[in-house]
Amino acid sequence: MWYLCVFYHRLLDYRRPEVQSLAELFGGPGAGDAVEWRLPENHHVDSPFHLVRLPGDERLAAQIANRSLLVKGIYELWGQGTTYEELEKSVMEYPEERKLPYLTPESTFKIVVDSFGKVISFQEQNEIMKSLTYIPFKGRVNLKKPDHKFFVMETDDYGCNNGLPPVAQRTIFFGREVGAADRHLLPTYQLKSRKYIGPTAMDAEMAFLMANQGLARPGKLVYDPFVGTGSILVAAAHFGAMTMGADIDIRVVRDGRGPDCNIWSNFEQYKLPEPLCVLRADNNVPPWRPGLKEIFDAIICDPPYGVRAGGRKSGGRKLLKGTVAPYTVPDEKRGNHIPSTAPYSLAECVHDLLHLAARMLVMGGRLVFFYPVIREDGIANPAKYPEHPCFKLIASCEQILSMRYSRVLLTMVKVGPYTEEVEKEAEQWHREFRENHHKWMEEGNLHSAVFSPAEQAADGKPAIDRDSKPKYRGKTFHLFANAEDEPPRSDQGSAKFRGFNTG
Amino acid sequence: MRLLTHNMLASNARGASTGYPLKLQVVKWTTKEAEPNADFLRGMLPKLDWAALVAATHSLGLPGLLPESPPTDAELSADGAADDEGSALRRLHRALLEIHIEEGTLVCPDTERCFPISKGVPNMLLHEDEVRN
Repeated sequence: MWYLCVFYHRLLDYRRPEVQSLAELFGGPGAGDAVEWRLPENHHVDSPFHLVRLPGDERLAAQIANRSLLVKGIYELWGQGTTYEELEKSVMEYPEERKLPYLTPESTFKIVVDSFGKVISFQEQNEIMKSLTYIPFKGRVNLKKPDHKFFVMETDDYGCNNGLPPVAQRTIFFGREVGAADRHLLPTYQLKSRKYIGPTAMDAEMAFLMANQGLARPGKLVYDPFVGTGSILVAAAHFGAMTMGADIDIRVVRDGRGPDCNIWSNFEQYKLPEPLCVLRADNNVPPWRPGLKEIFDAIICDPPYGVRAGGRKSGGRKLLKGTVAPYTVPDEKRGNHIPSTAPYSLAECVHDLLHLAARMLVMGGRLVFFYPVIREDGIANPAKYPEHPCFKLIASCEQILSMRYSRVLLTMVKVGPYTEEVEKEAEQWHREFRENHHKWMEEGNLHSAVFSPAEQAADGKPAIDRDSKPKYRGKTFHLFANAEDEPPRSDQGSAKFRGFNTG
Repeated sequence: MRLLTHNMLASNARGASTGYPLKLQVVKWTTKEAEPNADFLRGMLPKLDWAALVAATHSLGLPGLLPESPPTDAELSADGAADDEGSALRRLHRALLEIHIEEGTLVCPDTERCFPISKGVPNMLLHEDEVRN
């Protein structure tokens, strides 16, 4: 059945993949791929209004909406139109047998008037509700806990909607709510009230989205090899998953900021089961026993790529370059010796992560991680994402962080078993990848690309004019083309994009 | 550190052939009760090195906790197993998940390298001269 799916107007790239992941989680294997999407007429792909067909009954729709972070609501669409007259006609044509069960005298209901890109005054809202007399509501009104919630949603017909390209005509939707996101958990888990956080702690909303992409749920084991203060595992544990984490920094994982402010206290704070295990280990030299494989259901992480926190691995810099022999630790100092570490380049870090995931994930398990992308000219450089023969990329969601760079949340599914032949093939892929991306993936390059001073144009002004920075930072869009198509990430698209915002 | 973790780890220092199983020297351990999850345990069972797990319970002085051979999937999913203190499910749950080693050492069987466990966190990081090149 087709539903109207209305999203919160944020993290645009993450919205459809989240719904599909949750369809897979609640609907079983293959359900995520079976989800179909359409756009209402004249709507851009970044519009909050989408039409979705879910492979299951209304219960599945409710489960998806209730667990999601970005779905404002999933509705059974009773009618739509560009005017209230058209809406009436459309609702009247909707089959009676679909409507009547929700209009019975025993039931309670509530009508909400909502809008996108405009404000509807209280008085106007009342008038809109009164105009709905053609729907035979028999039940009693209950504003607090109604059995059925009905929504009138209106989009604007002028200018641009929150920076989106204008909708050629206004659209009014009328629908019955099937489920809606519970964003109450965001204030509960917000970082500012969490006891133990670090400079790279994952924002609560993003951590939940990552846990959804990783299909975290009871009975599953989620691993974060760059656990830090545990912010991603907290989200996974909230959804009932068992968690495990590792980090190279012993102070972060063992000591924290004291006995009441450490990884464990973060789990206590939310009354979540503590991680099965937190260990100090180096992803570059992983401490897994021979023969151990296919043990994690998901690996969810934010690898250090050298912008806010640089990666480290075992072995000193000079040691790895071969200019000095390894420092031999005197026996009496072995107990408390702190080994030196060397910078860990992005290419190597990603290679080790894919290798770990290929070996340690169960078949069908998911690898969810952030990957940095340099934006050139305000457009994400369509850099090739890392690949591995065991994995299929199913979602890539861009989050724009600055004019200079973005991070992309990659979701990969393990589709092939890990064997020695596969490992050889993976090494070959990695070498090619590293050669092609050598320039910017080297140690420190990403950092300088993000933080170096702005280039100066000939007249002494900065090359990037910040005042003309487009307010709308979603994907490039086309004004007149078929909105069903995904917009291309090309220079041509960029020209249109600019033209619209300045013109 | 739980015994589940012990079952997964090995020494990867230079000179170790398999580095497994790590000998467990315990200074302090505690028990924390947790809710058993039969699905999780059943999924984990085939991935365990049973002999190493049994040996680890012996080094804690709990020789009777686990049988010499692993339980079957049917035993773990038997009705009422979660509520019966002595059931295979509850014993496996206790061994894998309820025993916490707070302070101690993991010793590499090949090189005698000691990996300290402190505040429940095993430190598997190698020194400069131990990393394999």
